Amino acid sequence: MATIYIPSLMRDLTGGQEIVHVEGADMRQIIANLEAAYPGFRKRLLEEGTQRIKPNIAVMIDGRNARRILLDKVNEKSEIHFLPAISGGS
Amino acid sequence: MSQNGHKVIGTRPIRHDGVDKVTGRAVYGADIQLTGLLYGAIKRSPHPHARIKHIDTSRAEAHPGVRAVVTAHDLPQIADKLADLGEAIVNLRDASNNVLAYGKVLYKGHAVAGVAAINLHVAQEALELIDVEYEVLPHVTGVLEAMEEGAPILHEDMKTTSMGEETDKVSNVANHFQHKMGEPDDGFAEADVVIEREFTTQTVHQGYIETHNATALWNEEGQLTVWTSTQGAFSVRDQLAEILQMPVSKVKIVPLEIGGGFGGKISVYLDPVAALLSKMTGHPVKMTMTRDEVFEATGPTPGSYLKVKMGATNDGRLTAATAYMAYEAGAYPGSPVGAGAGCIFTPYDIPNVQIDGYDVCVNKPKTNAYRAPGATNAAYAAETVVDEIAEKLGVDPLEFRVKNGAKEGTRRADGPVHPVIGCIETTEAALNCEHYRSSLEKTANGKVRGRGVASGYWFNFNGGRSAISVSINPDGTINMLEGSTDIGGSRASIAMQLAETIGLEATDIKPYVVDTDSIGYTDVTGGSRTTFGTGYAAHATGQALIREIKERASKLWDVPANAIDFADGVFSYRDDEEKRSTFKELASQAGDAGGPVVAQVSTQPDGSGGGAFATHVVDVEVDRETGKVDILRYTAVQDAGTAIHPSYVEGQMQGGVVQGIGWGLNEEYIYNDEGSMTNASFLDYRMPTTLDLPMIETIIVEVPNESHPYGVRGVGEVPIVPPPAALANAIYDATGVRLRDLPMSPPRVQQALAENGG
Amino acid sequence: MSKKVHVQTTINGEAVDFLCEPRNSLLEVLRDDLDLTGAKEGCNNGNCGACNVIMDGRLVNSCCVLGVEADGCEITTIEGIGSAANLHPLQQKFLEHAALQCGICTPGFIVSAKALLDENPNPTEDEVRYWLAGNLCRCTGYDKIVRAVLDARNGA
Repeated sequence: MATIYIPSLMRDLTGGQEIVHVEGADMRQIIANLEAAYPGFRKRLLEEGTQRIKPNIAVMIDGRNARRILLDKVNEKSEIHFLPAISGGS
Repeated sequence: MSQNGHKVIGTRPIRHDGVDKVTGRAVYGADIQLTGLLYGAIKRSPHPHARIKHIDTSRAEAHPGVRAVVTAHDLPQIADKLADLGEAIVNLRDASNNVLAYGKVLYKGHAVAGVAAINLHVAQEALELIDVEYEVLPHVTGVLEAMEEGAPILHEDMKTTSMGEETDKVSNVANHFQHKMGEPDDGFAEADVVIEREFTTQTVHQGYIETHNATALWNEEGQLTVWTSTQGAFSVRDQLAEILQMPVSKVKIVPLEIGGGFGGKISVYLDPVAALLSKMTGHPVKMTMTRDEVFEATGPTPGSYLKVKMGATNDGRLTAATAYMAYEAGAYPGSPVGAGAGCIFTPYDIPNVQIDGYDVCVNKPKTNAYRAPGATNAAYAAETVVDEIAEKLGVDPLEFRVKNGAKEGTRRADGPVHPVIGCIETTEAALNCEHYRSSLEKTANGKVRGRGVASGYWFNFNGGRSAISVSINPDGTINMLEGSTDIGGSRASIAMQLAETIGLEATDIKPYVVDTDSIGYTDVTGGSRTTFGTGYAAHATGQALIREIKERASKLWDVPANAIDFADGVFSYRDDEEKRSTFKELASQAGDAGGPVVAQVSTQPDGSGGGAFATHVVDVEVDRETGKVDILRYTAVQDAGTAIHPSYVEGQMQGGVVQGIGWGLNEEYIYNDEGSMTNASFLDYRMPTTLDLPMIETIIVEVPNESHPYGVRGVGEVPIVPPPAALANAIYDATGVRLRDLPMSPPRVQQALAENGG
Repeated sequence: MSKKVHVQTTINGEAVDFLCEPRNSLLEVLRDDLDLTGAKEGCNNGNCGACNVIMDGRLVNSCCVLGVEADGCEITTIEGIGSAANLHPLQQKFLEHAALQCGICTPGFIVSAKALLDENPNPTEDEVRYWLAGNLCRCTGYDKIVRAVLDARNGA
């Protein structure tokens, strides 16, 4: 199962757990299974009525930027982080 | 040949656009001339916070020479929607209201109307004839004041959100987020030394010398063309399409040379107004900002309040750190507090960390990115506390940093672990450099002297989209089209990577930055991504050309393509030593074996790869009487991964250092009680000049980035991060007084010395 | 709008006549009427030096000179200092030292440095820094600019 790091301000959904483990071969399945185990994640993470990550949240899988459209593959050893999205300068 | 067996990378060729730029021929945004050109100007709010009750444009419209007047009512009304516009997360409704105020003005200088006229003077005269009736509202410009109960509220419908969750509370706090790792309370309990300090920083501007500009032509077929200077032509295209509610296919952006950006030339200000004025008049309309408009109405980087607490054991190990970071977003949400929070403790391996970030609206211009946005404010606080802890423990501040330094595998406070990074290598290079090893006389000329150090981190955006399109000329040279606007020599650094890949000289590549209709989508020149990301595309383009030339050679030589090797710039057939040619030799014939040789490549690296680290050493001399701080010597050390063109890497380091020195010692927006900036000119907003500085020494460390074929790390941003903290630590070393408020300008230093008997 | 005035000048060695309103700055005339856009506007109040030109041997901010004041004057702009085929030593040294990044301030710096070398062919680093303090650059931190000017001295 993939390891999901829960941001502190989303830990209300996991009963305070910082790390949870969820099945899934891609991000779409991960979020569906996260929602099933801990209801409320879909609303926090996705734009309403879509399969897109909200623009102000960034997802990292094993140190890589995940795409907003949840296509990225995930494996058993993957580590997934949800971060506030940031802007860059020059 | 340079190191690592590279022929081009690591050398210092003259940049391709250099001659145009030293002879005055290069065409920057404001240099464009078009037939039938009209000139535009913007009417701006004199109040920091007011309701617009009525705008009467009739007198302006009747003024001789005026051709059109626009207000927010001429812009489509846009729903609240967040969009990811090439690195910056933008609320499109806010972006539209920032271009022309709708309903309320939220800062002095906020645009309320635009005029097009036969020349600039007439346009400016007409501004005086636009009558705006305001209901002036109470304003708030300080971040802590804006967070208080009962503070004037900028957005009556704005509720605080935190990581996707919206609360019910209407407040100027747009966003609160938190990073938490381990248990900070436990970590502080283990510590022998705990230091907690408060810091403030003021609003500062990127200070690019070229003011914003846009020239628009909306033709009769509804096609909009905008010539402008921007860090991201495609980002401008997307913003215009959204703000004007038109398809992107109807918008073409022609990026002209850009006179500096530093993060401040991504958002659009004038472009939509120029477009509307052109639509109304049928003529091209050119708009340029004055310098005071740039200060008052573009996107400076925020003032902030920070409280930082760090603890360490007597054997010199950091055990815990917490930070409370409140950043001014300006008029609309979106300060770089998120980035600052991701950087603040990142040079260190600390097991227990909590960081709380607050994004707070105030009646100042909407802030924007400025070189490692948010990280300089953060480092000023953290690096000063680290210095104090090292002093309490009686250890060398750089040895302390090496001992606690982040390395591959260290978990960042925001969660992810570092891949291969050059944090410790950079700090060690500073520790061992001649400057740091040299002795410093503590007094001279009746003044006191001191030395300070500080480190800094910036993420680097190791991702983003880049496209490159090349065609081979019969003489074997290559025309290379790219979408990354060139702010500081990136044509050269990208062309050099293509040249290296295919075994040519840098001068054999002719790079061109082209318009949005002529190249694939390319993300902004920002986030330290261009030499990394568009260089990544250049390398991939070189690989594609090698494959294509092998195909052509296979036809010319009548041998299988897979039996042709390419090494050291030479194509050769394995079974016949006679069949050998350089890229150039083959290029001259290749067109006869299948038509012109071209290649188009687009890439989007996955964002992995580590960030950039820097450590700086500075010697200062402080005049106790006047409070003036002079810089005697400055050395910047930085991990560049692989330096493609070392002169431009040094240049980025030196430029970042000097911006950081300005931020540390002089620069600030000074507001009066009426919420008006009182120093909106280069005379009063005091940026460093030649006379304020010594040479800036540089030491480039190279710990290659595993995620780039040549090991490139972005270098543009991190050098601005350490200077204010390094200066504060040096001032302390000289005077025995710690300054925790920026800028450390003569009046502030003088006052701090007087209060502390330093 | 006021009546335009006829002004006769010599610019980069050639006789140039133009008409301008009394309120137009020399910078506006150069850029908008004479297509000499090498001089840049960074502040329009004499603080950044990006618009510098040499007028009768004196370095001036062209944004602070009226077009009508140029009557009878000899003016050298960046376009008159060198060309691609025949670069001035300062231009060559700016290229070799990578003394520019965005390049917007570069014409002003080269014009200023030329005025310095015309007056003092062998300045010290302090003299270079003092002279160039009227030109702002935000990209380079000045290090490579100062080195380029020092390297372009007669005695260098």
